[in-house]
Formats: sequence, structure tokens, C-alpha cells
Amino acid sequence: MSEEQIGWNREQMAERAAQDIPNGSYVNLGIGIPEKVVRYVPDGTEVIYHTENGLLGMGDAPEEGQEDPELINAGKKLVTAIPGASYFHHADSFSMIRGGHIDICVLGAMQVAENGDLANWSTGNPDAIPAVGGAMDLVAGVKTIRVITQHVTNKGYPKLVEKCTFPLTGAGVVSRIISDLAVIDVTSEGFKVVELAPGVDFDYVQERTGCKLIAE
Amino acid sequence: MINKQVNSVHDAVANINDGATVMIGGFGEAGSPIELIHALIDHGAKDLTVVNNNTGSGHVGLAALIENKRVAKMICSFPKSANSFVFPDLYKKGEIELELVPQGTLAERIRAGGAGVPAFYTATSVGTPLAEGKEVRNINGRDYVLEYGLTADFALIKSLKADRYGNLIYNKTARNFAPVMAMAAETTIVQTKEFVEAGELDPEVVVTPGIFVDQIITVADPLLESKLVAAEEVYP
Repeated sequence: MSEEQIGWNREQMAERAAQDIPNGSYVNLGIGIPEKVVRYVPDGTEVIYHTENGLLGMGDAPEEGQEDPELINAGKKLVTAIPGASYFHHADSFSMIRGGHIDICVLGAMQVAENGDLANWSTGNPDAIPAVGGAMDLVAGVKTIRVITQHVTNKGYPKLVEKCTFPLTGAGVVSRIISDLAVIDVTSEGFKVVELAPGVDFDYVQERTGCKLIAE
Repeated sequence: MINKQVNSVHDAVANINDGATVMIGGFGEAGSPIELIHALIDHGAKDLTVVNNNTGSGHVGLAALIENKRVAKMICSFPKSANSFVFPDLYKKGEIELELVPQGTLAERIRAGGAGVPAFYTATSVGTPLAEGKEVRNINGRDYVLEYGLTADFALIKSLKADRYGNLIYNKTARNFAPVMAMAAETTIVQTKEFVEAGELDPEVVVTPGIFVDQIITVADPLLESKLVAAEEVYP
């Protein structure tokens, strides 16, 4: 952690997100900081991880010598299967998603709007190769969508905004955001701050947010 | 006696014609039937429409098929991955067409095609650029986008075990799109790691019933795409 670190670091954001996952949940984790959530699920809580390329009961990365290039996650990283895991084809996997059987999905974000709109697949730049993967299916089908993200971009622009300027992944889908500065719920009145990171006050978060926040 | 085995990977792909639509199994290298793809490059069919989740890595397998200008159009969900530059280069030059489909919609379009369902409604992509120009219908208070079933002339897939009837089982997450592609293609061609006697596969655990399979070739020791990419191999 650098001396200028204000609020939660990446590990602490993952730890905070893990606290909200109930025992017995079926969970899909996006690529990046969400992957770290696995490490922080509280003792005594059993969670089943789904990866959309066809595995329920995803385990940790394999020990050296135990790798199988045909046992990977959605990010194409080598993984393992826990005892009691199951494999299935893509249409069944997305039936779990689209059919509302997965309880929670934790994703990264480029922008989240105060009405819960999420943009996390494209900047809309015409020179970029568009690639969407399973993100639109996840936000349309999973019961609860949470986002872990830095509060502002590398250049300091707010990622929590009144209206997304990037192309949407889904409209009105996000229910909670865990940023480095706060835990924020999407409510019918807008973004509501439900918890501040240690040493961070409401005004500090408000200054770095693109729309009006509601204090708890 | 029914026996769907063929003599070589080249015999297996010999009937694939110019302009054909070809579904190719695999999610990255997991499940990619690399020997069949290389045989298809040798065979020479061009102007293909290829359905796969990705666009291949390095200069082997699907990336090599694209690099050798055999593919006019890709239908996929995620055309850029680590080590994937063949497709992005051609796409930026406007030399290959892309139909971008959300991954679950892609899987369901293939399943629907194979199941004789011409179209379906899904909430996926509602309110996004990928729904533009598509019919939207409100059902029980929620908006859904109309998506069409997808079929193909050929499917190239990989299995762990096959018998002479074409019953298949797969290896771990290499299963991915293969079972639905086998259903959706007019002719399904399988490369299997192991060929077993009829009766050896427990009917309770057969994943793809033989009715969906047409041709089988055994490739006991398939090439590994990631190793070829790491070695900077180029096919052919």
C-alpha cells in the first residue's frame, strides 16, 4: 500500500464484497478484482462458484504438475474442480444464468449510472474490436449484480455517473457498488452511501462522484 | 453395420464447400479440434462463415484458418484474447466481417437451431447497442429481444471418447459449445481422443447421443494450441 492510499485497497475491496455473500450462494465472479473475492469468503460459509464456460464448483488454481489445459475458467485461466463439481455445455451454463439460478454476480465496471445502468464492455471507440463475452447475459439473468470498482478512472474522472456515456452492458441492473471509498447502493432515489471506507468522509466521496449522493 | 469412423482428418473435411457455414467447438484452446481445423486449411475451402466463441490464438488452429483468408465472416462473442492478433488486424483493415453475439445468446441460438426452434426472446442485450434494429417485445412486464436460431452446414468438434454410433463424452470444460453445435449442424465431424467399443460408454452418462454425429476420426495425441503458440508455430 502506498503512503497516499486513501480508502480500501484492491484486497480490502474484495474482502468487503465477500462479506455480503450469504452461505449457500451460487456465485459468478468477473475477471479482475472480483476474482479475489474467493479468498475472503468468511469461514463457515460455503459458496459454489460458477464459471460460464461450463463448470459449477470451481476451485483454486491447480498445483504445479496438476494443470489440465481443458480445465479453465471464463478468463481462460487454469483452475480446478472441487469434489462435487459438475461440468455442462454452454447452453446449460447460460440457462443457469438467464434462468435466474445464479444468486450473485460480482463484476468490474467502466461506468455505473445512478439508475443502475452498467457499462463494462466497450468504450464505443470505433477503432476498437468489440468484444462482449458473457457480460450482457450475466447482468440480464443473475438475480443480484454487484460491482467492484475504483471510484474514479486512472485520469480521475468519476465512474459513478448520472448517465453512462459508454455503451451499456445492461440497463438498471446494478444493486450495490463496492469502491475503494465506499459501499453504495442503487436505490429508486439514486446512489445511497451505506458505508464509508476508514478515513474517508461523505464530502470526499461526493466530490469524486458524477451525481448527487444520498447519505445514509 | 453402422460405423461413423472415417480414415483420416482429410477425408473427414473433404466435403466442406466454399461458402459453407462451419461451427467450430472450443472456448479458447479447451475443446478446439485443432487437427480438423488444420485439415480444413489443407482442404482449401474458402468464403466460410465460422461460428466460434473466439477467433483463435497465435498462427495455428482457428487463427491460421483466418490468416489464410478462408473465413469471410466470424460469428462470435469475444474476438480478442491474449495472443489473438490475426483477426483484429484483418478486422481493422475491413477484410473480415464480424457478427458480435453475447455468449449466452450465441449458445442459445445454436441450441435453438439444433432443436428446430426458429427464434426466441431473451432479456440479454436489451437497452444496449447489440439490440439495435432487433424486435423488442414486452412479455409480462419485461422487455425481451428477438434472436434467431443458428444452424450450420458443418460442425467440427472434439470429444474425449466416441463409439461407432457417435455417442460422445467430453473432457472437463472442453465440452463447452460442442454438444449444441453437434445438434445444429447438418454434418457433425468429431475428432476423438479415444475410440471405444459400442456399449463401453454407460448410456446414463453419454453427453451427445450418436444421432447428432456423422463422422469420427481418432486423434489420440492432439496438438496443444498453447504450446504451439508459445513456440510461435505457424500453420501450415
